Amino acid sequence: MTSKIRVATTSLAGCFGCHMSFLDIDERMLKLVEVVEFDRSPINDIEHCSSNCDIGLIEGGVCNSENVHVLREFRKNCKILVAVGACAINGGLPALRNFVPLEECLAEAYLDGIGVENPQIPSDPELPLLLDKVRPLHEVVKIDYYLPGCPPSADVFWKFLTDLIAGSEPSLPYELVHYD
Amino acid sequence: MYEHLETAKRTENLKRIVVDPVSRVEGHGKVTLMLDENNMVQQARLHIVEFRGFERFIQGRPYWELPVLVQRLCGICPVSHHLAAAKAIDQLVGVDPVNLPVTADKLRRLLHFGQVLQSHALHFFHLSSPDLLFGFESDINKRHIVAVLAEYPDIGVQGVMMRKYGQEVIQTICGKRVHGTGAIPGGMNKSLSTVERDNLLQNIDQIIDWSISSVELIKKVHCSNLPYYDDFATIRSNYLGLIKPDGALELYHGGIRAKNDKGETIIDHVDYCRYNSYIHEEVRSWTYMKFPYLLSLGQQNGWYRVGPLARVNNCDFINTPMAEAARLEFKAHSGEAMVHSTLAFHWARLIETLHCAESIKALLNDPDILGQDLLTQGEKRYEGIGVIEAPRGTLFHHYQIDENDIVTKANLIVSTTSNNMAMNESVRQVAAEYLSGRELTEPLLNNLEVAIRAYDPCLSCATHAVGKMPLQLELIDAEGNLIDKLIKHGNGQVERNCVS
Ligand code: SF4
Repeated sequence: MTSKIRVATTSLAGCFGCHMSFLDIDERMLKLVEVVEFDRSPINDIEHCSSNCDIGLIEGGVCNSENVHVLREFRKNCKILVAVGACAINGGLPALRNFVPLEECLAEAYLDGIGVENPQIPSDPELPLLLDKVRPLHEVVKIDYYLPGCPPSADVFWKFLTDLIAGSEPSLPYELVHYD
Repeated sequence: MYEHLETAKRTENLKRIVVDPVSRVEGHGKVTLMLDENNMVQQARLHIVEFRGFERFIQGRPYWELPVLVQRLCGICPVSHHLAAAKAIDQLVGVDPVNLPVTADKLRRLLHFGQVLQSHALHFFHLSSPDLLFGFESDINKRHIVAVLAEYPDIGVQGVMMRKYGQEVIQTICGKRVHGTGAIPGGMNKSLSTVERDNLLQNIDQIIDWSISSVELIKKVHCSNLPYYDDFATIRSNYLGLIKPDGALELYHGGIRAKNDKGETIIDHVDYCRYNSYIHEEVRSWTYMKFPYLLSLGQQNGWYRVGPLARVNNCDFINTPMAEAARLEFKAHSGEAMVHSTLAFHWARLIETLHCAESIKALLNDPDILGQDLLTQGEKRYEGIGVIEAPRGTLFHHYQIDENDIVTKANLIVSTTSNNMAMNESVRQVAAEYLSGRELTEPLLNNLEVAIRAYDPCLSCATHAVGKMPLQLELIDAEGNLIDKLIKHGNGQVERNCVS
């Protein structure tokens, strides 16, 4: 038996909707794991990408220093890196905060919000630094493929992965490319 | 109970252990422990390290965007956010829940039962069942759904199919499985056709059967190791959630009920529009997640738990027969007015799953569900509050708008936030009872992980996280030197790096 294709996945500044949509392939997952082995992913306990990942799927944009580290780890270890969903491609909904100064976002949540007691901006050294803006992945590393949608449907994941695994250039028919 | 471990009196001479998943960037929390020279835990904290800023950046948007905007807080329970926002903006167009057209109300309930069913199935089967089936300290290579599918195919497939069914309910009503559209101010945007109804009816009996066997499964797991399951990470707490007027379990709409650890009522049937007179949130410097508490009991004692355990504890009964029978058995096992076992969250979750399946069947068979009267309107208001029982607990959405229908103020209390203190308390319990004074070992990682996972393995709404917790531990002495390091590798090997 040839060795399985290693697929790693992660969520940066995303909502996990893209991961949920991937799980929406439902029982097709049983077929997928015949040829795919999951590396680092929220569905298992593997913490770091092994060095020989074939495909990395990333949802969410980049909003803090930790996101940058993880994104670089994926780029380093995955042969093919895929920006999955609107957030990864252009920042998506979380990037709405780019139009508001970060201090104002923090003030609203921790100083001026309704029912807030002991107002203060969390500042512990344990908390990673926030970036001033939410960035799309391709501003930080090279991205090989983009899967559009919020989220891309399960059929998009299925078509894309089965194409790649079959060794052909992935192509998405028109009906599968959705924008809300 | 373990509050004294939140903040050590002096930290200078303590060793800091950070339980830091790389996955914190997925919105994960991380756990830090401070130990004295005898390895006694002096401080233990669960930090939530991610921040989005929704409450600010949705200001300036027109209110009708809210249900589709805010559902992107969480791709696991988007429908709950969608509906909480919809309930709030109903009020902005002058519609109170009692005035919603019957069909719209029932469609929303059906939608939400689908949401809770799929989320509970995901939590139990995809994320937690590997721990429960293989053991908390099992090989890392087994701790995922793929291994469950391989070794317990019946259970694994059952989980996949139950989640699928919940998603299909959502897709039928909202057009998409994740982030669809359904609720609009004052009602719903589409009726349910007879064909769609019949499609969903086809499989519901199978889903009910599977839900029954899931309850049996968790009962067996829990009772096979009763003292451990009853004690692990267990804390006595208050419980809060929505309740029907007759005291029945409720997931979509009701008043707020809170009970204390003895089962005595703190507040009951409170109109949730007045939540701000009862609940405030405290900010602490070391985490982005706030700490809600009941004003009447104060910051120290007013914290509470929400979610399946709270709901099943708080309700007087469940209005579907099989779930009610399961509830009675659940309550009887503990012999106390309230079940405090943290791992019992799983059991309560599956009782609710059964309740959802039964309720979906009842709603599908209700002729009102096929009605065409979907929308109503009243007089414009400037403030709207929507509260719902999301899978993980009570979810509050609160908005104010101006004369141009633009959002000027927003407050969200997401379910996981309400469990913030409880998760910290459970982490401290595990640290104090299971770890304190012991040498740094691999099971330590798992124990903290399992405690948090019982509440919600994905801290998603508040932090956008899923899954696992720590896999790397560093022990640093008071001078900041690394003296011990444990790494769990991808292949499951645990490596120990003694530096000194
Ligand atoms: S693209 Fe949409 S579904 Fe995916 S992470 Fe972003 S908000 Fe969630």
